[in-house]
Amino acid sequence: MSADNLPMVRALSVRKTFGQNEVLKGITLDVKQGEVLCLLGPSGSGKSTFLRCINHLETIDGGRIYVGDELIGYRQVGDVLHELHPADIAKQRSSIGMVFQRFNLFPHLTAIENVIEAPVGVKGISREDAIARGKELLARVGLADRADFYPSELSGGQQQRVAIARALAMDPALMLFDEPTSALDPELVGDVLDVMRDLAKSGMTMIVVTHEIGFAREVADTVVFMDQGVVVEAGTPSQVLDFPQNERTKSFLRSVL
Amino acid sequence: MADAPKNTEHDIVAKPLRHPGRVVAAVIITVILGLFVWSLVSAKTIDHDVIFKYLFDIKIIQGMGLTVLLTVLSMVIATALATALAVMKLSDNRLLRIVATGYIEFFRGTPLLLQIVFWGYLGIIYPNIIIGLPFTDVVWFNQPTSAVISSFAAGLIALSLNEAAYAAEIVRAGILSVDKGQNEAAKSLGMSGWYTMRRIVLPQAMRVILPPMGNETISMLKSTSLLQVIAVSELYTIANQISSQNLAQIELLVVAGFWYLVLNTILGFPQRSLERKFGRGFETNALTRTAKVGINVGG
Repeated sequence: MSADNLPMVRALSVRKTFGQNEVLKGITLDVKQGEVLCLLGPSGSGKSTFLRCINHLETIDGGRIYVGDELIGYRQVGDVLHELHPADIAKQRSSIGMVFQRFNLFPHLTAIENVIEAPVGVKGISREDAIARGKELLARVGLADRADFYPSELSGGQQQRVAIARALAMDPALMLFDEPTSALDPELVGDVLDVMRDLAKSGMTMIVVTHEIGFAREVADTVVFMDQGVVVEAGTPSQVLDFPQNERTKSFLRSVL
Repeated sequence: MADAPKNTEHDIVAKPLRHPGRVVAAVIITVILGLFVWSLVSAKTIDHDVIFKYLFDIKIIQGMGLTVLLTVLSMVIATALATALAVMKLSDNRLLRIVATGYIEFFRGTPLLLQIVFWGYLGIIYPNIIIGLPFTDVVWFNQPTSAVISSFAAGLIALSLNEAAYAAEIVRAGILSVDKGQNEAAKSLGMSGWYTMRRIVLPQAMRVILPPMGNETISMLKSTSLLQVIAVSELYTIANQISSQNLAQIELLVVAGFWYLVLNTILGFPQRSLERKFGRGFETNALTRTAKVGINVGG
């Protein structure tokens, strides 16, 4: 999807308004190939909204978002933007994996059926191949023995790991995580973070909205602190978490640590 | 703390609470019901031999066949149409929403009996059905309406179109019952709108759609009897025809009523098996399977 010298994600002055409320006030940032970027910030800071703009679940009101060399949601001809056809948007999304706070597994399908649904139905991979690959992925997230379980038969942590396997089954170039551990019981958080840590090690480009400061410190290449729709501070985990410069970052870190 | 009771390690052995009211109610109801049944059985005005003679009469059985055929066909057509209407009503396209709403309002707002008679009289409004290019002499098809639309077809159209209006609201409620997150997950995997509707949303909506659709099917089976007014040879029409000859009106009503009751009871079986099929993966039966799998595999 992208040439080597291009960033995997490039956001330029991204703005988003809900009614009167401007939730993103010009977000500019780059995510390099293989980089893990953690987005921190108080609730309502716009971090989840920004994440959802990257795969066009939310449309943006200003700025540009590129994933690889593709402009998300639009086609630019000269200075004029043309809305993309839903089929083209779907194609862009199919190479961007997303993991949700509430898992959003398909409850009427078993774990393995959840994983193979899109590869078979969207990419047209044969069912046998998809199942073989799906089982590998379930094994990778530690759920080889849960393939035939329905989501309602799995714990929250297991459901979230199936959701990660489901996203990986589309061979995404980029993975978006929207507070993946916020809905989990504390003792189940570790398993999900372990899977994400392995994924980061394997070189996956990841943008993670999270409240897990420890995870951000350990795994992130870049930590971005957002508040009230702007990037307040960005840098290495040490820069942002240990030596924050901005007062808002300092007070946020005091409240969560 | 007061004195500790003894024997707390044993299972509780207690005398069950008595419910004298329930016993009294059961006796009263049994007596009333018994008297009513006796009044029917002993009534000199009802000829029981006629009931048994016509219960398995070939014409009655044929009428039943047509009743079942009409019920099944019109439910199938109505469900397909209703799904389209529900999707139209939820569409972003304003025109589609208006058309669907207008359709539903119109067919729910006029009596079914009136609609049946209307379709039966279609040949009076449009004596010929012509398919061709409008405002030219090009004609590919030209037949008298009565030849194309039999009373059976008119009845089928009337029942299907009417039922679609009610079923559309049921399907719409079912679609709306599916969590918004399901759509987002499907989108994020690159699924198209139609694919999501067919593979993700509708199968989950079925759980909410099926129970009221079972009601609609029962209602439809009984509504087929209205087709008597346009002389479709279904169960009630046949019973009516027979009784107008032998003047055993009550007896043939009993025959027809008996079969409607039997048919509706039978319809309950596919309903329950469908509900089980689309209930897979949802709480109640999932719990029992987890219990069977065992709790030694926690985590």
